[in-house]
Amino acid sequence: MNQSKIEVKDLNLSIGNQHILKNINCKIPSRKITVILGSSGCGKSTLLKSMNRLTDLYPKVKISGDILLNNQGIFGKEVEVTDLRKKMGLMSQRPAPLPMSIFDNVAYGLRISGRKKKLQMKLRVEYYLKVVNLWDEVKDRLKAPASSLSIGQQQRLCLARGLAVDPELILADEPTSALDPLSSQVIEKKFMELKDSFTIVWVTHTLRQAKRMADHVIFMYLGEIIEQGPAEEFFNNPQHEITKNFLNGSFN
Amino acid sequence: MWGIKLIGKKTEELIFKQLMRLANAIILFVIGLIVFTIMRKGLPALSWEIISQVPKGGYYFGGEGGVLNAIVGSIYLAFGATFLAFVISLPSALFINVHLQKHKKLQDIIRLFIDVMWGIPSVVYGAFAFGIMIYMGIRASLMAGIVTVAIFIMPIMIRGMDEVLKMVPKTLFESGLSLGSTKYELSYRIFFKQCIPGIATAILLSFGRAFGDVAAVLFTAGFTDNIPTSLTQPAATLPLAIFFQLSSPIPEVQNRAYAAAAILTFIILAISVFGRMALRKYKKNSIN
Repeated sequence: MNQSKIEVKDLNLSIGNQHILKNINCKIPSRKITVILGSSGCGKSTLLKSMNRLTDLYPKVKISGDILLNNQGIFGKEVEVTDLRKKMGLMSQRPAPLPMSIFDNVAYGLRISGRKKKLQMKLRVEYYLKVVNLWDEVKDRLKAPASSLSIGQQQRLCLARGLAVDPELILADEPTSALDPLSSQVIEKKFMELKDSFTIVWVTHTLRQAKRMADHVIFMYLGEIIEQGPAEEFFNNPQHEITKNFLNGSFN
Repeated sequence: MWGIKLIGKKTEELIFKQLMRLANAIILFVIGLIVFTIMRKGLPALSWEIISQVPKGGYYFGGEGGVLNAIVGSIYLAFGATFLAFVISLPSALFINVHLQKHKKLQDIIRLFIDVMWGIPSVVYGAFAFGIMIYMGIRASLMAGIVTVAIFIMPIMIRGMDEVLKMVPKTLFESGLSLGSTKYELSYRIFFKQCIPGIATAILLSFGRAFGDVAAVLFTAGFTDNIPTSLTQPAATLPLAIFFQLSSPIPEVQNRAYAAAAILTFIILAISVFGRMALRKYKKNSIN
């Protein structure tokens, strides 16, 4: 139970002169929801994106330290970055459906992995759309463009698309921030179900959401981890002054 | 804040609305005038003979025949050049936006160079290609024309595509990579699909330029009264045919130039309309 899926060791990340992540050390426990909590601009998204190396895309980025996935470093030269990313599904703040049909969106990951059998593809697409409770809403219009869905449906489609490549982790970067309360609830509930099979890292700045969802909390402030630990301990017995202020809401 | 208070918001809105109307009216007026002139002088001279026959002896002095050689030559040349330019422009534009995404400075430098290439007049490309052809001992031919025109329209096509590829949202970039795409898959399966309408516009724009240009083909494709049957033969083009006929002192021949201009306008119009219709079904998939 206590084995950690991801271990971050002395991670420092800067872009140009901006030091964004400072000496990050943390562990992400396997098959639990780890919430990275913090106010806007504290580096929580950057930490999340460094886990599947989307930070490679930033211009002038400098990274030191290491991140271990299943005890193997992810920054090594021998690491195939596309394989690494396949192990982690990403949900972004706003859903970004691919410019193709609903069906093709889910099938995309399967296709680029070289799976081509038509019947199997159909079954798999159906399966993953059912997992995210979208199947009944879209089964009659699988050929319709993904952009025709509502934003809440799009976000669920993105989840199905991410699950279809069979990841070990799900990285969720404030996935409900653009959604209405009802759609958010659907997504949150889905994640509570998924945590039995996946390791989930959930970034949010909403305290109440963190309380609802977290098994484990990492609290960040200005690029540093202030406090981390199991959710109960964190919320009931915070150690650090900044954490206390944040939890009391007397914090800007 | 500064001075605009002098007039009310409503008046301001009204003035700018009328100014924009005026701008559109000017454009429509100019287009209308050109089309009207071409049609008024060209349509009476337009006949089946002009479309279906190559020039007979003394055509440019009022003799019998038509401009079929130039119609076919122009179509070969414009399609060939557009295709060739497309094959090079698409990877180039995708490379700038996907692979060089991190290197903003390099992107800017490349864009600057392409913009400069865009600004070079086509006669310079023609003269440049002609110089190389003389050096290599190649004679004016359809192939030389296609290559020259392709080089000349490439900057237009690349920058046209580039401007739409630039607009692809960053989240789409990240989502594509997160699913395990390589940059190649990201380019052709996602970026390309997302931008099909814009890319089509870039292609149609370039096609129009290729079809209507005189100077780049003057030395390189040559001119002939025959329809080319191979890439090594010279080819006539409609714009050149128009030019030759317009320079004639005989009014009848001049009117035939307008007929040829009408044909050219029709072809470009038809290709633009059909091109857009054919691509309409891809438009719906793009996200914003």
